[in-house]
Amino acid sequence: MTGLILKRLGIGLVTVLAVSLIIFFGTKILPGDAAQIRLGQSATPENVAAFRARLGLDKPYIVQYLVWLKNFMMGDLGTSLASDVPISDLIADRYKNTVFVSALTAAIGVPISLALGIMAAMYPGTLYDRVLTLVSVSLVAAPEFFTATLLVLLFVFVLGIGNAIVVGSTEGKGLFELISHFALPITTLCFVIASQLIRMSRAAVLNVMSSPYIEMAILKGVPRRRIIFRHALLNAIGPIVNVVALNLAYLVTGVIVVEVYFGYNGLATLIVQGVQTRDYVLIQGLGMIFCLTYVILMLIADIAAYASNARLRHPK
Amino acid sequence: MKPQAPSDHYVAPYDAGISFDELPDSAPSARYSPSWTGWVGIVVVGFWVFIAIFGPWLAPMGENELPFPDDYSEFQLPRPGAWLGTDESDRDVLSRLMYGAGRTIGISFMATVLAYFIGVILGIGAAISTPRVDMIVSRINDAFLSLPTIMLGLVVVAAVGSSIPVLIITAGVIYATVVFRLARALGQEIMVMDFVEAARVRGEGRWWIITREIWPNAAMPLLTDFGLRLIYVILFISSLSFLGLGVQPPQADWGSMVRENLGALSYGASVIPVVAPALAIATLTVAINLVVDDLSAHSGGKLSKRL
Repeated sequence: MTGLILKRLGIGLVTVLAVSLIIFFGTKILPGDAAQIRLGQSATPENVAAFRARLGLDKPYIVQYLVWLKNFMMGDLGTSLASDVPISDLIADRYKNTVFVSALTAAIGVPISLALGIMAAMYPGTLYDRVLTLVSVSLVAAPEFFTATLLVLLFVFVLGIGNAIVVGSTEGKGLFELISHFALPITTLCFVIASQLIRMSRAAVLNVMSSPYIEMAILKGVPRRRIIFRHALLNAIGPIVNVVALNLAYLVTGVIVVEVYFGYNGLATLIVQGVQTRDYVLIQGLGMIFCLTYVILMLIADIAAYASNARLRHPK
Repeated sequence: MKPQAPSDHYVAPYDAGISFDELPDSAPSARYSPSWTGWVGIVVVGFWVFIAIFGPWLAPMGENELPFPDDYSEFQLPRPGAWLGTDESDRDVLSRLMYGAGRTIGISFMATVLAYFIGVILGIGAAISTPRVDMIVSRINDAFLSLPTIMLGLVVVAAVGSSIPVLIITAGVIYATVVFRLARALGQEIMVMDFVEAARVRGEGRWWIITREIWPNAAMPLLTDFGLRLIYVILFISSLSFLGLGVQPPQADWGSMVRENLGALSYGASVIPVVAPALAIATLTVAINLVVDDLSAHSGGKLSKRL
């Protein structure tokens, strides 16, 4: 068990290294050179050469990569090519919105979806279960901006509350004001993760429900509610944690689309800007942050899957 | 995939004792008749495929033509001459939607075919090659698989710019990683089956085993997965276009239409330019999902459930 987790951690570490290689060398094939971009077309060749030396761009790629990786681990993300501002300053202005929206989505969306999914597993085949399955099958395949559009139409045009586009600063606002400010993005993301979570948590519980010891409990005449909460749920916790971590990882894509849709400043809009202005230092730094979050969540998902498996925990 | 066997649709081919779940994955029998959700899916997908192929000929005007050149005003409400109104540059929404169908569906379809081409060859290749080669290819694949797809897309588009061939190749390569895993797992599963061993003992060549023994058995689960993969590729391409990094203006595609017309939500007369393309993508992907769900339920989604 410990060995398996250590092995998985090792694989996670290798993955992070592979990811950093992909991101670093992926952005290295960008046409044009950082010094030239920063100094503009009018710079003399001498200036460009001196600047290249200062940035370390005259060194071999592998040295540049190692320096970049070391700086990243020390928290130094470099300086933006487009605006000449340290990346960490750009992030400091914006990370709060992204973290706030994601955290609130997780805090609201996860418990509700789990409750709905487990309820569906408790009464499989009933009308409630079928409707829920049909709705989540439909939602799971719909793009984020479709859900967002539906919500905007409902809240802004039909009910006349909320704002379609989030404007203004969020400085000095209370928690309640912030929540109402971000109500539409958060609701959209909740729907996005709910559709997957409901299906997967339902399947996880049903999977446990079909094991022999549950059949035994049913034959003994244990009430269904008691079977679910005392027998099934404990063994379904691992798969459910796995499902939750997986879905929070998928949230990375959702966050990017939703930030652009509602037009508020966050890390995702920053990286899209970076791609549009070909600011590769920005893409490298932010890309690493996004991918690290994703890899860590995947790691948690896998470890939860191991930890929940009694056969792996107590090998013969 | 539905976790329970849909016993109400399925007629077991043998009378006694063999339940649905014990049968191997097989092609849907000739008796396959879609449930009502399956029919809804087939009709909607058929409709969009028709529009995708014939859209440019059926469209009332060119994708960048103005229906009312004398009366320029953005986000006009529907009226004769522009049945879905006009967009942020006063172009006809209906025509752009019909041109965009071909681009969104065509790019996604070709990318999925490419993903299958790469993924199936490498996956089945890895399954039948030596353990060392298998391990190396799988590890590289895992590294790519552990990245959010949209991030890979962003890095590639940042590096080489966006064009339709770049989009197809990027999406194809990214989604080949998922296909690889499925094809490899299927290949390994079928490799150890008795009939393959029998073929090997008979002294059949590797190519014969792949085409005559493995492929016929792997085809059905792969085909069902093809539909699922197509959904993800459509969402991926549309998301990139929505972020302004996919199909470039003035060419229309559904994702970029949503982006171009977002302004309609805050100050436009008509919200149709945003709703129509978003609804088009949603109906298409949901319909494909319905067909896939129905098909995998009928053909015994045993393998795909396990993966």
